[in-house]
Amino acid sequence: MLRTCTAVLFAISLSAQSTNELRFCLRTDPKTFNPLLVEDESSAVVRYLTAGLLIRVNRYTQELEGELASKWKVSENGRRIDFDLRQNVVFSDGTPFSCEDIAYTMRQVMDPALHSPTGDVFRSGAGAVETKCSGPASAMVRFPAPVATLAARFDGVAIVSAHSARKDSAVLGPFIVADYKPGNFVQLHRNPNYWKHDANGKKLPYLDSVRLEIQQNRELELLRFRRNQLDIVNKLDPEMYDRLATEVPRAGVDAGPSLDWEVVFFNQLANSPLPDYKRQWFRSDEFRAAISEAINRDDLCRIVYRGHAQPARGPVSVANRFWLNADLKPPVYSSTSALAKLQQAGFHSSGGALFDRGGHKVEFSMITNAGNKLHERMLALIQQDLAKIGIQLNVVTLDFPSLIERISKNFNYESVLMAFVNVDLDPNEQMNIWLSSADNHQWNPNEKTPETLWEAEIDRLMRAQASAQDPHKRKISFDRVQQIVSEKAPMIFLVNPNALAAVSPNVRNVTPAMLSPQIYWNVDRLTLGGGTVSQR
Amino acid sequence: MTRVQKIALVIVGLVTLASLAAGLLTASSYSEQFRDAISAPPSARFPLGTDELGRDRFARLLYGTRVSLLLAPAAALLSTLIAAIVGGTAGYLGGKWERCVTSGIDLFLSLPWLFLLLAVRALLPLNTSPVTSVIITFLLLGCLGWATPARIIRAGTRTLVHSDFLVQARASGVSGLRLFWRHLLPNLRPILLAQFWVSVPVFILSEANLGLLGLGVSEPLPSWGAMLRELENYSAILQNPWMLAPAALLIAVVCCLQLALRTEDRIPC
Amino acid sequence: MFRFVRRLLITALLGGLLGATLVRLGPGFGVDERELDTRLSSESRQAIRAEHAADSNIALFYIRYLNGLLHGDFGFSRSLNRPVADLLKERLPLTLGSLAYGVFGGVSIGFALALLTVWWRGPGVDLIPAALSGICLALPAAVIALLFLWMGAGGRWAIALVVFPHVYRYAKNLLVATYQSPHVLAAQAKGLSTSRIVMAHVLAPAAPQLAALAGISVNLAFGASIPIEVICDTPGVGQLAWKAALDRDLPLLVNITVLVALMTLAANSLADLALNAWRPAK
Repeated sequence: MLRTCTAVLFAISLSAQSTNELRFCLRTDPKTFNPLLVEDESSAVVRYLTAGLLIRVNRYTQELEGELASKWKVSENGRRIDFDLRQNVVFSDGTPFSCEDIAYTMRQVMDPALHSPTGDVFRSGAGAVETKCSGPASAMVRFPAPVATLAARFDGVAIVSAHSARKDSAVLGPFIVADYKPGNFVQLHRNPNYWKHDANGKKLPYLDSVRLEIQQNRELELLRFRRNQLDIVNKLDPEMYDRLATEVPRAGVDAGPSLDWEVVFFNQLANSPLPDYKRQWFRSDEFRAAISEAINRDDLCRIVYRGHAQPARGPVSVANRFWLNADLKPPVYSSTSALAKLQQAGFHSSGGALFDRGGHKVEFSMITNAGNKLHERMLALIQQDLAKIGIQLNVVTLDFPSLIERISKNFNYESVLMAFVNVDLDPNEQMNIWLSSADNHQWNPNEKTPETLWEAEIDRLMRAQASAQDPHKRKISFDRVQQIVSEKAPMIFLVNPNALAAVSPNVRNVTPAMLSPQIYWNVDRLTLGGGTVSQR
Repeated sequence: MTRVQKIALVIVGLVTLASLAAGLLTASSYSEQFRDAISAPPSARFPLGTDELGRDRFARLLYGTRVSLLLAPAAALLSTLIAAIVGGTAGYLGGKWERCVTSGIDLFLSLPWLFLLLAVRALLPLNTSPVTSVIITFLLLGCLGWATPARIIRAGTRTLVHSDFLVQARASGVSGLRLFWRHLLPNLRPILLAQFWVSVPVFILSEANLGLLGLGVSEPLPSWGAMLRELENYSAILQNPWMLAPAALLIAVVCCLQLALRTEDRIPC
Repeated sequence: MFRFVRRLLITALLGGLLGATLVRLGPGFGVDERELDTRLSSESRQAIRAEHAADSNIALFYIRYLNGLLHGDFGFSRSLNRPVADLLKERLPLTLGSLAYGVFGGVSIGFALALLTVWWRGPGVDLIPAALSGICLALPAAVIALLFLWMGAGGRWAIALVVFPHVYRYAKNLLVATYQSPHVLAAQAKGLSTSRIVMAHVLAPAAPQLAALAGISVNLAFGASIPIEVICDTPGVGQLAWKAALDRDLPLLVNITVLVALMTLAANSLADLALNAWRPAK
């Protein structure tokens, strides 16, 4: 009865909406409207809606598409790229678009004083970037050293105007920021000079405006969605998704497994402030492999994610079909096998508890960020799984800065459960995690030389795949990396959560994609007015 | 003692006994996960159903009641004692000393004591047992929660100091310390008791809010605070009204405590 | 008057210094979640760390801050990327409005209920107010806020519901204790009417302590405003304080601490003045 009422009310309220405005939420205020300085998620959303790009990764087909560049060519082993620029394109304020804007943008992006994260992905070597304009409609950019997947990297580079008087209000994308009330909303209007047309020659975008409400509380966001004050909810908890599915069945969208990681890793630093015997446990390959086997991933997917997740096999999500090493399977859950592995490594059970060679009871802590219900529940399940093999796990939730301090500054932690958000399909995004000398080699960062043979091997393979151009050659190297990671378990990959969203049936042309932003990736083709959502 | 007070006391007593006898009243432990019975409705096996991890809600309620009923009053006692000493001496001494202490109390109230809590959490070794960490949490709350009661106690002391009987006692030559102990403190009792009983649920709720910051009770130990967090899921409650049991119990116990331990009996008619 | 204001300012600024020291010495200071971004080059990381290192000497930071205050510059919030003055200007009206509603509402409701209880003096007449008070005390501020939200009433009355049980409880105890004092008995024996007794002989002597309540209510209200603003996503100072705490944003937190200290001190000092003014002249 309650369900029917809610559905009817929802339908009635839908018909009341008249303007062609898309509404969804940002979690926090955008930190900047300068597309070259984007670091946080909210600013990235605004950039996505306003940016004009040379090349875009089509989130649905995962292919590269020319936008402002009608053609491009990569040469010199990834050092140089030539663009043929689209003609008769103007910025939102009427300034014409030409090669000079690209030169200006590249100079800004690569400016070392600016520390633009967008620029950092191009910084494969020291030296300046060179942009040559051989005519207004062609551009050549040369980098000091080869850049892996050069063309795809331009997906994050928003072209800014070199000549416009008001640089911040000259955009090439489908929308332009019209109003911003801090703490409340960001309002974007359609860019009347947007260059794209649909197949019938009609000017894009179809929408008149986009309104981004600033809302951190997810319950509130869902409430507003049900009251038809929002059209899209971009990231739904599994619990809320199920709730919504029972009340408004057509609104829930399960876009399948995402690229995100949920991982557990141990502190493997040689000089961490941990007692020696614990350090020995965490640096032992068999110990980590046994822990990985002792965790019941199916239960995590079923209970914590309510079936909206899949057990992870490694650093590549099951959704990433090309890069996934198809031979890998998720570790089979088996307490007995885990216990056997531990016994081989010198541990023994006594009175229901596990002890190491030195007679120390196996007891350690696992930290995670506070306020995340999914993590807290996963930890509770893992705690019980490990109790079965006699390990006492102490669960500690810490606020995020304290957590980061422990894992990157003072290294005073034993194990961590963390989520990593991956935006890119390409394994180059993970370079700084797998290179032993890198800062994000989280379990043992900034190694001067690789401390183990397998880490040295991973270093070699990652560099090989970065410098190779042929994707299949790269895949061979990266498959081997996945194999090693699966055996040695420096990071224990738990699950790949599904991307869950809510979309009002009022929004048309939504085709959920695997890459983020899953729902509004084709925002210039979305419109409102009673339609269906196609499921993948 | 009125009949209402007797009934209220009995209820509180029963709840306390039940929580202490949790092992006898329920077969499941508070942490055991029955993974094939997730979010189950009430049944003979699970009188209040199971939570989203398959744990017996009734068992968790009983054990959680034990944690909260034993520790929140301890924290309230600690905070009231500190408040009595600080507020009482300030109100009694008066003058510059009182102004100084008052400013100090106000300063303390305005500090972001989130950080005190976070700092202590950071100092705690990661492998502290859940029981130890929850005791430390409540003690900490007690040490931080004295400022507001101190103000009220100080105000009350001020009035008492200037009241007739105290002036008379002083006039008849009773010394300062004896004045404080024999004449002032006993008359502060109503205010102290009122503060104590108001603080108890406040500490229970602070513990719940702290849980969101990572300073609450560690898994798998249950507490009322942790169970109250389930209330955030409003529509789930509509479908599963037995989830209101911890809140109902908390309200009932708090109300009974207040009814049962009033220091003034009836209003004279 | 001048001495009063001076004391207020000095204490508030002292509070700011203490708050800043707390944040500086607390865990998680100087780290940035951007360090987990795998795209950043090591030069960018160094730049981020250098930004935070600039604040690590607390004495220097505070001197710079005080100097800035003299010139009207409240500092720059790193976590929100905007000047603190702008942030406060936007958010203060909202929070002050909620606080006003909350304090007046809470004190009025609590006091009215307490007065009613004392006035009518029947058996069991205090059961309903006690039950209401008990329920409001028993729910976390967050849940009260959520309930209001679902009813569409907005967060300001939530603060009133959080404040009123404390006011009711204390006011009732106080009024009842005063009612039982000898001079009231004498007044009753003389045959004075209830209303006159309550007005002249109960309320009057209890007034100073009730005034102290007003000061406490402000504190309670501000303390409750933080979780309520966070839950209701109201862009006020409470939500700002929460974000600043979680992000270890030193400039923002110092300003908020000084602000809260000023408000608390002012509210409580006014309550004290009331207490002094009512001291019975003997």
